[in-house]
Amino acid sequence: MVISPLTRSLLGRLAVRRVDPITDPLERDLVEVLGRGRVEAGIGAQSLYSHDGSVTRGGRAGIVCFPESTAEVAACVSVSVSHGRPFVPRGAGTGLSGGAVPCDEPVMVVTTRMDVIHEVDVERRLAWVGPGVVNLDLSRHLEGTGLHFAPDPSSQQACTIGGNVATNSGGPHCLLYGVTSAHVLAVEVVLPDGEVVILGAEEGRAAGYDLRGAFVGGEGTLGIATRICVRLTEDPPEVATLLLDFDRVAGAADTVSAVIAAGIVPAALEIMDQRVIEAVEPFAHAGYPLDAAAVLIVELDGLPAGVATAIDRIEVIGTAHGARTVRVAADEDERTRIWKGRKSAFGAIAVIKPDYYLNDTVIPRTRLTEVLSRVYEVIEERDLIVMNVFHAGDGNLHPLIVFDAREPGVMERVLEAGEEIVRISVEAGGVLSGEHGIGLEKKRFMSMQFSPADLEAQDRLRRAFDVEGLANPAKVLPSGASCGHVTSLGRAPDGTWV
Amino acid sequence: MAAFRDEVGDAGTVCVRGGGTRWLVGAVPSHAGDVRQISAPLGIESIEPAEMTVVVGSGTTVADLASALSEHGQEVALDGPVGATVGGALMVGRNPLRRGRLGEIADVLLQADCVGADGQAFTAGGPTVKNVTGFDLCRLLVGSLGTLALVGRVILRTRPLPEAGAWMVGEAPTGIVMEALYRPATVLWDGVRSTVRIEGSCADVADEIRCLEALGFTAADEPVLPAGWDRWSGTLPEGGVRALGSGVVHKPGPVGAPEVSVGVRALADRLRDAFDPLRRLNPGRDPYRMTA
Ligand SMILES: Cc1cc2nc3c(=O)[nH]c(=O)nc-3n(C[C@H](O)[C@H](O)[C@H](O)COP(=O)(O)OP(=O)(O)OC[C@H]3O[C@@H](n4cnc5c(N)ncnc54)[C@H](O)[C@@H]3O)c2cc1C
Repeated sequence: MVISPLTRSLLGRLAVRRVDPITDPLERDLVEVLGRGRVEAGIGAQSLYSHDGSVTRGGRAGIVCFPESTAEVAACVSVSVSHGRPFVPRGAGTGLSGGAVPCDEPVMVVTTRMDVIHEVDVERRLAWVGPGVVNLDLSRHLEGTGLHFAPDPSSQQACTIGGNVATNSGGPHCLLYGVTSAHVLAVEVVLPDGEVVILGAEEGRAAGYDLRGAFVGGEGTLGIATRICVRLTEDPPEVATLLLDFDRVAGAADTVSAVIAAGIVPAALEIMDQRVIEAVEPFAHAGYPLDAAAVLIVELDGLPAGVATAIDRIEVIGTAHGARTVRVAADEDERTRIWKGRKSAFGAIAVIKPDYYLNDTVIPRTRLTEVLSRVYEVIEERDLIVMNVFHAGDGNLHPLIVFDAREPGVMERVLEAGEEIVRISVEAGGVLSGEHGIGLEKKRFMSMQFSPADLEAQDRLRRAFDVEGLANPAKVLPSGASCGHVTSLGRAPDGTWV
Repeated sequence: MAAFRDEVGDAGTVCVRGGGTRWLVGAVPSHAGDVRQISAPLGIESIEPAEMTVVVGSGTTVADLASALSEHGQEVALDGPVGATVGGALMVGRNPLRRGRLGEIADVLLQADCVGADGQAFTAGGPTVKNVTGFDLCRLLVGSLGTLALVGRVILRTRPLPEAGAWMVGEAPTGIVMEALYRPATVLWDGVRSTVRIEGSCADVADEIRCLEALGFTAADEPVLPAGWDRWSGTLPEGGVRALGSGVVHKPGPVGAPEVSVGVRALADRLRDAFDPLRRLNPGRDPYRMTA
């Protein structure tokens, strides 16, 4: 994330911070554990760590800690808890649901200094990594081994593997390979009482309850991941990337259902609509037709004959559903450009409006066409602009509402549209979130999908991990503590994303 | 589900019996005399190949589900002895033999309609193939031996059946096999021989067969567990057969009790206390004695 001028000046002020004795007992105890250099109590750090990649505003960080080892994380947690103070784990802060946004000055436990790749075992296809390792850095580190880490969120240049574990992240290639949970073999966790446990096992299932599975996706409310054993996936021998373009969004959506119904599971199936195409083509030079209502990116991988047959079948299916052209990338360069457009879609929206609100819901994929047309209606009725770029193969919608927050009344309309999209998705047999999580943003929608008894059962899981209720409280479940001063929408975050 | 909920009720101890094929795993329910024994709902509600999901009563047998799914060109990552039920397979939670292609059993359960120890019905997870809404109760339930809640109806992730497949056996060590093949469905190692399952398109499977033949492999039948053997989670014991990468071991008789740290055990106990403080559900069973 790029640091804004304001933050930089605040950080500058930090440098000449007081050197006098520490008066706050909590700060004193944390400094005892980490030393002065890795405990920040100044306003600069507090402001920097008060928001994440979501549009949530008004978070209030307390003391910010930068531990470098499991023992230090455990000590930070024990100190916080002994002072009765909540703590919030934080990776890179790219989360889109406010999961890392602090409420009421908790101790922030930032994992970015725990960025060591401890071990890569090529033969057993696993690696132990620190939670602060950046997703793409692991893949780069693995180049030449014939293996990779499959979860590939679009934020992979910045987000941490600890954050991926905590949000159970997805990415375009999770259609075939599964989301983060399928790639986490074991995880070392500092539980909210300071106890260190290893959940899961390097090979196969550990005995007893799947505590690893329960922990993944816990959004920082179940403890802090301090070392992660990830499964490494074989690089496919053959990869083909196809670009299909349509003059109706429905054509692309129907192609997706038909491909899956035909028993083909591509590695990725991504749709981008016309507004996205117009925004990204000028710098991706991917050759997306500017007059298309939608393009569908299909990636097929595996052994050569299987890939070749699937290409032919997809060509037939796409054409039957109105594809105007079906282009197979001729070389690596063309493939890269097709993906560059997809992965930079968020960056491109700045061209249109200064602010964005990105939603994330999942619907049954057979209802894509119908739900998408409802989404466009909801947006039109409220005189807003939406860009759709999403993981169509999983039915995972990402309507991106772009706006200018300075326009009076626009915020209310954006908020209303977001809620309506969630409602439409749930009514269509879908769920609130496919990969960004609930955090603060969707807490109030939980009862749309779950009954009080369902939520009570989830709370039982949470309470077993966090008896005192001090691990990232106020997140996920509506019954939890509230976070009064936080507003759900504000200006888009500083940084490169917009 | 309503009838199942009523049967569970809110008082007295109760256990669910599936096919009884792994009844001894995790110890038999205690209070033997007064435990009410019930069965889970039967039947397949719907199969949706375009969603890659199936809705099924958890008392349905794995075999019945497999044959119904195959008519739609789909399959599911569950297996087990003849007579095993969907609910039983999920609650025991062993990875399928063809894990390399089918995936892990942990990833198969999308939604579970349950009855809790307080007699209330609740739903874990959701119907879609991708979902991170709230806490992941589904993964917690798989392998829980019915000690946290009783599962009546489930939505499972399915996969398209492979176009072709073959079993091969040979003496090359697994390292060489893994080098030679792309994502084999199964690699079994008994200390001398590798038994391998390859799957994919007809032409690719034919290529991989040729590649294995060059390593001295010959065609084999699907391996069946000898009488008195079972599949366990663990590492390679003397005289057992290990399924590479899945943590499953095939061997006669039980394997030793797993080592569990004090912290993990305490967390597990807190979970059980939170879900079933009075130990109404499958009393006496202990998922930590899975392999004992
Ligand atoms: C441009 C952009 C594109 C994105 N694309 C995708 C995408 O394709 N798919 C996707 O799934 N997400 C996507 N995201 C969302 C986000 O990047 C992911 O959720 C990511 O996994 C968060 O990682 P992080 O390190 O930034 O975590 P943070 O934002 O720092 O934290 C996220 C949550 O995890 C918790 N947490 C962090 N580290 C730990 C730890 N070590 N132990 C316990 N809890 C922890 C926090 O408390 C918080 O609740 C995108 C975000 C942006 C800005």
